[in-house]
Amino acid sequence: MIALLKKILLVDLLQGLWVTFRNQHPKHLYTEQYPLERPKVAERFRGAPRLNINPDNGETLCISCDLCAKACPENLIVVTSVRNEQTKRKDLTTFTYDTSRCMFCGLCEDACPVDALELTQDFELASYTREGLIWDRQMLEEGPKPTRYTR
Amino acid sequence: MSQTFLDSNELVLNMGPQHPSTHGVLRVILKLDGERVNGTECVIGYLHRGVEKIAENRTYQMFAPYVDRMDYVAAVSNGLGYVLAVERLINVEATPRAQAVRVILTELNRIASHLLWLGTHALDIGAITPLFYTLREREEVLKIFENYCGARLTTHAFRIGGLQYELYDGFEREVNAFCDWFIPKVDEYEELLTNNRIWRERLIGVGILNAADCKRYGVTGPVLRASGVAWDLRKAQPYCGYQNYEFDIPTRQNADTYDRYVVRMEEMRQSVRIVRQAVGAIPDGPIKAKVAKVLKPPVGEAYVSIEAPKGELGYYIVSDGTLNPYRVRVRPPSLINLQALDQMVRGALVADVVAIIGTLDIVLGEIDR
Ligand code: SF4
Ligand code: SF4
Repeated sequence: MIALLKKILLVDLLQGLWVTFRNQHPKHLYTEQYPLERPKVAERFRGAPRLNINPDNGETLCISCDLCAKACPENLIVVTSVRNEQTKRKDLTTFTYDTSRCMFCGLCEDACPVDALELTQDFELASYTREGLIWDRQMLEEGPKPTRYTR
Repeated sequence: MSQTFLDSNELVLNMGPQHPSTHGVLRVILKLDGERVNGTECVIGYLHRGVEKIAENRTYQMFAPYVDRMDYVAAVSNGLGYVLAVERLINVEATPRAQAVRVILTELNRIASHLLWLGTHALDIGAITPLFYTLREREEVLKIFENYCGARLTTHAFRIGGLQYELYDGFEREVNAFCDWFIPKVDEYEELLTNNRIWRERLIGVGILNAADCKRYGVTGPVLRASGVAWDLRKAQPYCGYQNYEFDIPTRQNADTYDRYVVRMEEMRQSVRIVRQAVGAIPDGPIKAKVAKVLKPPVGEAYVSIEAPKGELGYYIVSDGTLNPYRVRVRPPSLINLQALDQMVRGALVADVVAIIGTLDIVLGEIDR
């Protein structure tokens, strides 16, 4: 009898509607209005790569040890260097990083002994060309410059 | 009997690979007699990336990020299975602290996976509302992942021997807050669906796969448990310290789509229970056991299977003593579970096919690899 009454009065459906109604309040809004409202990504976010430079003298921190290139599963980092006869060290000449093949796994970052290579919080890496996705040393040091659209 | 144009012939209908309810790029060829399904044939392989072959050209550490891309909905579970298999190969055990964190993250991932399943499954049946709510809750889990390891989906959270990242400040607080906040949400889904007459009528008695058939096909996970078999690898062969946590294995008897829904809902609650226990007792200590940087496991093989959200996920690794694995074979739960599809849909209506594919909880990334 009660079951029949419940069935006629659509109790089960009203119960569901009540849940929907409870969630109507604007404080339950979760959608991010992306270009206007920028998400704040986590501190450890693995995004665009950056080659850190020493803030005091503007020199790169990278010691050209090639460990990041060896750690990368995709073999997408190429480091070249020349030997500096005075300091008996290697000087970094070029550093290319192909973001189009990178899966942001973080292995290169972990491998770097001097924290020169770092995956940063920038996440807008789109480019109009494939070549634009291959980052050279300058780009890696300055970071990506996403296009700002204006009308 | 000669055929006239009024005779009903078998109609062959192609469902997928772009059909939204196949949850990926699965193509199902349906043989129909009117509204009834007489048989199916699954065509898979649209998402084949050769992951197992890639493994043969990578070192053990380098291959770890690739396993995340198989079952991308439960990347953490995949990572766990792989690192456990390699750890067995080199005879190393992760530190207690690492194990506790692994349990927390894997259980959170189980919740995330079930949430995505629930939302899309309900959407297939015609209930749109749960999708919005489940994705909202899943977002919180993904935020914890992002804060912990810097990625949301393909996390690469675990490393061979333990973890790479130390817990961040406020991890325990965030996880506890999530647990407290999440349980009422599960009740909310149940309010929306469990007693809803449309939901019940679409699901009860649909896609029955009894225990004997489950065993015949090798089906595992919630599908097996909904047929009354209390088989859960976390209890049956505990790994990662699961024997220290108290939780129940939810089972049901009717083995239909509705029961699988109930089992998965209860599993989410049990996962929260495990997470609560684990997060309250994270031991101190190092997060990574001593593992050689250049990993050369001895000649041998190892098979480790874990209870992934979708069933038994196994990794079989053969080492020939070099830097790269000789062979990595994955036993993906989705592929094995999908085999039962034909039996489940025989005699069902066309509309039920969508429900049955949904209830199997398949991920095509894992099936095709
Ligand atoms: S994040 Fe991974 S794939 Fe990308 S460059 Fe580093 S190691 Fe290679
Ligand atoms: S590992 Fe670090 S220091 Fe070595 S080459 Fe790469 S970026 Fe430079």
